[in-house]
Amino acid sequence: MAIDETSKVVVQPVNKEKVRRIVRVAIILGIVTTFEFIVAFTMHSGTLRTSLFILMTIVKAFYIVSEFMHLKYEKKMLIWTIMIPTIFVIWLIIALIYEGGAIYDVRF
Amino acid sequence: METTASAVQDSPQNLWGGGMEPMKVSYGKLMMWFFLLSDAFTFSALLVSYGLVRYSHAAFTGDIDTFVFSVKYWPIPEKVFDGIPFLHGVHIPLVFVGIMTFILILSSVTMVLAVEAGHRMDRKGVEKWMLWTIFGGVTFLGCQAWEWTHFIVGTGTPTIADAFINGNWVNGFEVLGANLSINQYGPPDFADFFFFITGFHGFHVFSGIMINTLIFYNVGLGTYERRGHYEMVEKVGLYWHFVDLVWVFVFTFFYLV
Repeated sequence: MAIDETSKVVVQPVNKEKVRRIVRVAIILGIVTTFEFIVAFTMHSGTLRTSLFILMTIVKAFYIVSEFMHLKYEKKMLIWTIMIPTIFVIWLIIALIYEGGAIYDVRF
Repeated sequence: METTASAVQDSPQNLWGGGMEPMKVSYGKLMMWFFLLSDAFTFSALLVSYGLVRYSHAAFTGDIDTFVFSVKYWPIPEKVFDGIPFLHGVHIPLVFVGIMTFILILSSVTMVLAVEAGHRMDRKGVEKWMLWTIFGGVTFLGCQAWEWTHFIVGTGTPTIADAFINGNWVNGFEVLGANLSINQYGPPDFADFFFFITGFHGFHVFSGIMINTLIFYNVGLGTYERRGHYEMVEKVGLYWHFVDLVWVFVFTFFYLV
C-alpha cells in the first residue's frame, strides 16, 4: 500500500523564482557580514562603530526572520504576535545598561 | 493513522479536532514560533546581562596597540579571538569566528532550499539539502570545539593575577588559559560569559543537528511523502534559522563590539 501511495507523488519542477530569492538573500547576508569585518578592522572603537554593528545586525536579523523564516509572508496577526513581545527586550536593554553604569559608578 | 487523518480533513468546522488553523499556520508551526519567541527571551537575557556586567567593569582606555591582558579591565575581543588552526602564534583577529559565521549562514541557506524542495514533494532534493545542513552544523560545532580548546588551554604570555587556590589567596599567580574562576584574558566574568553564551548556543546547534538528523531519517523512510506534505521539514527549518539568528547576535555583541 505504501508503494502504491508513493507512486502517486508528483514532483514539481524547481521554483526558479523562489530559489533566486533565496540566493539573493544569501548574497545580502554575505555582503553585510563582509562589511562588518571591514568596519571591525578599519574603524576605531566608539559610538559610531558600535551603532554600525548594531544596525548591520538588525539588517541581517530582518532578512533571516522575514525571508528564511518566512514571517514576511505570514498573516499580519502572526507577524505582530511575534514582533510586539520583543518590546520587552528593548526595555531590558535600556534598564540593564543603565544599571551597569550605576554599578560601575559604585565600584570605581 | 489514516482514519485520524481523514477525520480531521472531514471536519474542518470542528474547532477542537484540529480543523482550524489560527492565523493560517498549523498548530505545530504556531507552537514552534511561540517556543522560539521564549527562547529569544532567554538569549536576550544572557546577552543583555553580558552588557550589564561589561558596562560595570573598567574598560581599556589606552592605545589599542599597547593592549595587554589584565584582570583589571575588560578585554578587547579581537585581541582574545585572534587564533586560526594550524597558524600558531600569528595574530589574525576574528577570521576563524568569521568562517564559523559563514558556515552557519550557508547551512541556513541549504535549510531553506530543503524546505523549498519539500513544497515540491521532491524527496531527493530534501534529502540532499538536509544532509548539507547537517554537515554545516557539524562543521560549526567542530570549529567551536577547536575555539574552546584554544580558549581554555591559552597561549602567549601568562597574565599575573591573585588567585584563590586550595583555600588560600596566592599573590602574583601566573594564569594561562581560562576556567570558570580565573582566566588570562580579563576579569573572571569574561570567561564565564563566553562559556555560558557560546556554550548555550552550541547546545542549541547540537539539538538542531539531532532534530535535523531525525527528520532526515524520516524523509529517507518516506514518512512525509506518505503523509502528503513536508511540514516537519519547515518546522525544524524554523528552529535551525533561529539558531543562525542567535549566532548573528552573539557574533556582534561578543566578538565585534
